[in-house]
Amino acid sequence: MAFDRRSLLKGMATASAAAVASASPVKAARERKVAPADARGMLYDTTLCIGCKACVRACKEANEMPADTRTPGMENYDAPTDLNEFTKNIIKLYKEGDRRSYVKRQCMQCVDPACVGACMIGAFRKEKYGVITWDKDRCIGCRYCQMACPFNVPKFEWSSLNPDIVKCEYCRQRAGDKQWEPACCEVCPREAVIAGTYEELLTEAKRRLAEYPDRYEPKIYGEKDLGGTQVLYLSHVPFEKLGFRFDSEEPVPEMQQTIQHGVYQGFIAPAALYAMLGVVLWRNRRKDGAEETDGEA
Amino acid sequence: MSGRAEAVGGPILTKATRWILWVGIIGAILILWRFAVGLGRSTGLNDGYPWGLWISFDVVTGTALGCGGFAMALLVYIFNKGKYHPLVRPAILTSALGYSMAGLAIAIDVGRPWHIWRIPLGGFPDMGKYNWNSALLEVALCVMAYVIVLWIELSPAFFEKWKDSPKEGLANFSRKAYGIINKLLIWIIALGVLLPTMHQSSLGSLMLLSGPRLHGLWNTPFLPLLFLISCIAMGYAVVVIESALASRFFNRPSHTSMLANIGKVAAYLIWIFLALRLVDLVVRGRLGLMFQFNSYSLMFWLEIICLLVPGVMLMNDQKRQDLGNLFRAAMMLVIAGTLYRFDTYLVAFMPGENFSYFPTVPEMFVTIGIVAIEIMLYVALVTVFPILAGRPTTAEAH
Repeated sequence: MAFDRRSLLKGMATASAAAVASASPVKAARERKVAPADARGMLYDTTLCIGCKACVRACKEANEMPADTRTPGMENYDAPTDLNEFTKNIIKLYKEGDRRSYVKRQCMQCVDPACVGACMIGAFRKEKYGVITWDKDRCIGCRYCQMACPFNVPKFEWSSLNPDIVKCEYCRQRAGDKQWEPACCEVCPREAVIAGTYEELLTEAKRRLAEYPDRYEPKIYGEKDLGGTQVLYLSHVPFEKLGFRFDSEEPVPEMQQTIQHGVYQGFIAPAALYAMLGVVLWRNRRKDGAEETDGEA
Repeated sequence: MSGRAEAVGGPILTKATRWILWVGIIGAILILWRFAVGLGRSTGLNDGYPWGLWISFDVVTGTALGCGGFAMALLVYIFNKGKYHPLVRPAILTSALGYSMAGLAIAIDVGRPWHIWRIPLGGFPDMGKYNWNSALLEVALCVMAYVIVLWIELSPAFFEKWKDSPKEGLANFSRKAYGIINKLLIWIIALGVLLPTMHQSSLGSLMLLSGPRLHGLWNTPFLPLLFLISCIAMGYAVVVIESALASRFFNRPSHTSMLANIGKVAAYLIWIFLALRLVDLVVRGRLGLMFQFNSYSLMFWLEIICLLVPGVMLMNDQKRQDLGNLFRAAMMLVIAGTLYRFDTYLVAFMPGENFSYFPTVPEMFVTIGIVAIEIMLYVALVTVFPILAGRPTTAEAH
């Protein structure tokens, strides 16, 4: 007996209905998150930074990070070329003709972080004051956080046999009272990067933008980008030149979690599908005669 | 033609399998070496491309190639096509091996495999801290459970052999276990359909989190559905390939007419997949990306062509009746599915900042070695246990 088209199409229809029901992007409401009221943040201003890298050194010291002497020709210097397994904070230079700008990179402390959404058993968590922390004991080293972070922030200890994830945790070891400052903000001689609550910093950034509209690009990066980041940037060059590739306002986890929550809400759909499969199997077994299915899995 | 499964018999180690075994041993040695020197030295992975060949091929493609059992369970048990039964057990075997080897690959790829036990046990002893939002957690739990389900589904093949064992204890145990599994069979098979439905679609959802850095031709909310459809199509293709190869190398019945029908089902799935992909690109206004003639659009067209060819071939009633054509079409379909997974996980992933990745030679030999181990286990198991359908004539065991 070949497939008769009708039964095949009927089966296909059932199957695709089930598939659509279980996997289609239903827009269940996933509320946009907002930064907690006492969220800690940073404000970095490219017009104030002189590239002295005091913050890079202070970060290494505060977090007990080893020197990165791997850059060719720079073996006698701690000269990381980017964030890496030895470096949680870095100053980079953008140069194009006469235009130049320094830019400080570290974890952006996203309001709705992709790494936290990715992490299987919660090694990444958005903790008190909105600081994103990493817990060694819960990490399996799967690196999904690296696949997820739109800012390429989490780094993996590739040279280690018991590798950690390395990223700025806003000097959380200093926490205790709400007013703590990370080492980079504490040492900056020009106050190019300052610490504060998210609210304070946003107000300050808006004040600077209003006061010196000619000095800056008309935008505070992180105010809304990718759902908002607790680290805010003011710049005199376009943000994409500084490596900020995305300005969508949609938080990275939104699409995925909307779909996953739609499908797995209360685990009802999988349970229903399981029950349905059981019923179909049961009916088929009786219709088909016992010898067809018996013991022949 | 006998529908009952029979052990192939004869020696496991032949001239050919000895070579395959050596490839497997080289892979095993390199796996040990990876744990001795770490991931940085043994692989081409880096902070821009944290997932490479092992995830794209061994895990994401490997489990899709292991969907033969899932695809055949759908056909035989859900759509009630009992006559395809002789194809089920070998399909379950390839699935069990494919998924087990994917599990092995994950253990090699993660940085701290000694923490894997925390996945099934949660953050034990500090329970209740799972991140239920994590698509990867769902994939991990489902895959772990499905590996167990697959071996249970296959276990009647072992018990059938062991129940005639001269060892009294083993024979008794096998008879009892056989009975228990028979009673629970419906619910085990239902799990065997539910679990891959869940985690194969979630393997698509996984990459939605890389959304901003994923090329527009691949980044779509339909990723889960596309992954689900293509894994089933690949499952049927693998059944065709496996069956054709087994009939050739073990002198088994070729089941050509059954494979032809399975090929037709695969063809329908190909067209549904293609339609969905096209409609999605039209709706989201990304058709233009197809015609930019950069490496991305090139890869896209390669995928599409590798689907169109088997899609057309398998719709042709005459062509489909020829085992050679079926085999070629199935191979193309497997290549297309593999490309789709490589593109989504690796090629279309754009970390920027001048990152680049190419697997190292040891990395490749680990992957090849794992495939070799899989083939060895397949040969060993079909030789010893009743898995493949019996020969057309009642031939003797050797």
